[in-house]
Amino acid sequence: MARSADQSFVIRVTLAERANAHFIEMNRLSIIGLVIVVIFVMVAIFAPWIAHYDVGTTNLAMRYMPPTAAHWFGTDSTGRDIFSRVVFGARISLEVGVIVVLVSAFVGTFIGAIAGFYSGWVDSLLSGYIFNVFLAFPGLLLAIALVAFLGAGLNKLIFALCIIGWVGYARLIRAQVLKVREYDFVQAARALGAGDFRILFVHILPNAIQPLIVQASLGMAGAVLAEASLSFLGLGVPPPAPSWGVMIEEARDLSTLQAAPHALIFPGLAIALTVLAFNFIGDGLREYLDPRQRRR
Amino acid sequence: MKYKLFGLIRRIGLLVLVVWTVVSLVTILIELVPGDPAVAVLGEQATPEQLAQFRAKHGLDRPPFFFGFPADTNGQRHFKWYGLSNRYDDYWVAILHGDLGKSFRTDQPVFRLILERYPATIELAIAAMLVAVTIAIPLGVMAGKNRGTLTDNLLSVLALIGISLPGFVIGPMLVYVFAVKLGWLAPSGRFEWSDIILPAVTLGAALSAILTRMVRSSVIEELSEGYVRTARAKGLSERAVVYKHVLKNGLIPVVTVLGLQLGILLAGAIITEKIFGWPGLGLLLVEDGIGKRDYRIVQGCVLAISTTYIAANTLTDMLYRWLDPRIRAS
Repeated sequence: MARSADQSFVIRVTLAERANAHFIEMNRLSIIGLVIVVIFVMVAIFAPWIAHYDVGTTNLAMRYMPPTAAHWFGTDSTGRDIFSRVVFGARISLEVGVIVVLVSAFVGTFIGAIAGFYSGWVDSLLSGYIFNVFLAFPGLLLAIALVAFLGAGLNKLIFALCIIGWVGYARLIRAQVLKVREYDFVQAARALGAGDFRILFVHILPNAIQPLIVQASLGMAGAVLAEASLSFLGLGVPPPAPSWGVMIEEARDLSTLQAAPHALIFPGLAIALTVLAFNFIGDGLREYLDPRQRRR
Repeated sequence: MKYKLFGLIRRIGLLVLVVWTVVSLVTILIELVPGDPAVAVLGEQATPEQLAQFRAKHGLDRPPFFFGFPADTNGQRHFKWYGLSNRYDDYWVAILHGDLGKSFRTDQPVFRLILERYPATIELAIAAMLVAVTIAIPLGVMAGKNRGTLTDNLLSVLALIGISLPGFVIGPMLVYVFAVKLGWLAPSGRFEWSDIILPAVTLGAALSAILTRMVRSSVIEELSEGYVRTARAKGLSERAVVYKHVLKNGLIPVVTVLGLQLGILLAGAIITEKIFGWPGLGLLLVEDGIGKRDYRIVQGCVLAISTTYIAANTLTDMLYRWLDPRIRAS
């Protein structure tokens, strides 16, 4: 029986290898998500070449213009071009999303790995107390509270989102490490005389990190959403910056709604599509990694 | 029995620790304000006497913690022990007396302000849950029963769209359609019974999407159980099998999600209340607290919302254990 050869081999089959083998089978929605994300990233990077108006220039004579050839998404209550603002808004969302996910994933992985690997009192302190305290707070409330006291601003917003973001990764990696450290190859590495550090970061983590991709993808969705939410509340990027949340806040008073519903619809669509795309990817990957959830 | 008691003590201990941390965090928050809170509240043009009077009135002239490292005349920092006369201690003593301090702006007791607004928020959260459950159970059952079919895929996509659409996008769009265009409902406020419809739908939309997915996977899992085959074999209609047997067991994890989602609901209520001018805790926090830099109100609201969340989580956990004896045994 060739298949029962080496158990550790099975563990080492990476996501990429599996994805290659079944790429066609992969959830169609995650591919749609991937396409949207690529467009979103491109738009964010090439924003100055795509947008043809300045995001801050107001022109009261041109306010509430419906979508036309000159203004694809129309203009808002102060005559600014909505298309250009949505395009530049992608930059803010992407920046916040990428930084928050990278920092939280890094910090979370490190702390989670330590908690899972050492167990004992280290784990009791970290997962028994610190994780629980962070999870006992609604994340958005903690972010709101932090920014309310620190003051609004992009950096403070990113800081607040990292503070609430890392726990999810830490919990996930802890559970993974707890599982992987029982495998034979870890024993083998120890028998060969590898130290704790080497075992944890060279042998265990690479085999434990797979579900992190799902979490990171969902984390991007969460960070984009949280940035828009806080900016909507006036706690994120201050106006006149073209954050999607700020644009929605400016478009939702009754007179603007009456005269220019498109000022609300386009940034709303931008947020929804971006978040949806990352959710599609995260969901597809999760189904992929957890066959019980698979549809076929 | 011994282990049960130990588990209970452990849980209560953790609960106490969590509450202690939350209260400490809330008291420390005010130290994060850049510069001087008194200047932030009174403005740059306030005289030194006014500032000093303000600090004395709200206890801001006292040291923040039991000890500190104040700078001496040469700018050197030294350890100094302040003893019990500090703000952290003050806040705890006050909280245990049911006192959350007075508003920096209006001098009204924060505890009373919160009590006034609390019912509106709870009302909104319950209405949103009802909306979510009403939508989610039939849709989730439909998707789970027809696993892998077009219906299932369509419903799953719909649910993901629901999760991805934030309240501050859905809310104003609902206002546009139902208040501005159709004129059926009021755009904001809490005067008529019908005023709760738009905020509840806005807040419940995302939750209904999450619950739909939950009910779906629960139904799928339960349908493969032996008792389902028995029920079918004894000739029950498919409807009876699903609604009388499967759903009863399948709703257990859903209850947990519902409880855990209360926190997200409470946080989401902050945004929903702002959109619809719904006079709950969220509006108090955003408009009177953050908007007017009334830090005492912010502290009080954060404390009230997080303790509600912690209480809801604990109750959910207890309910979950009671509903599913398998968890109790393990």
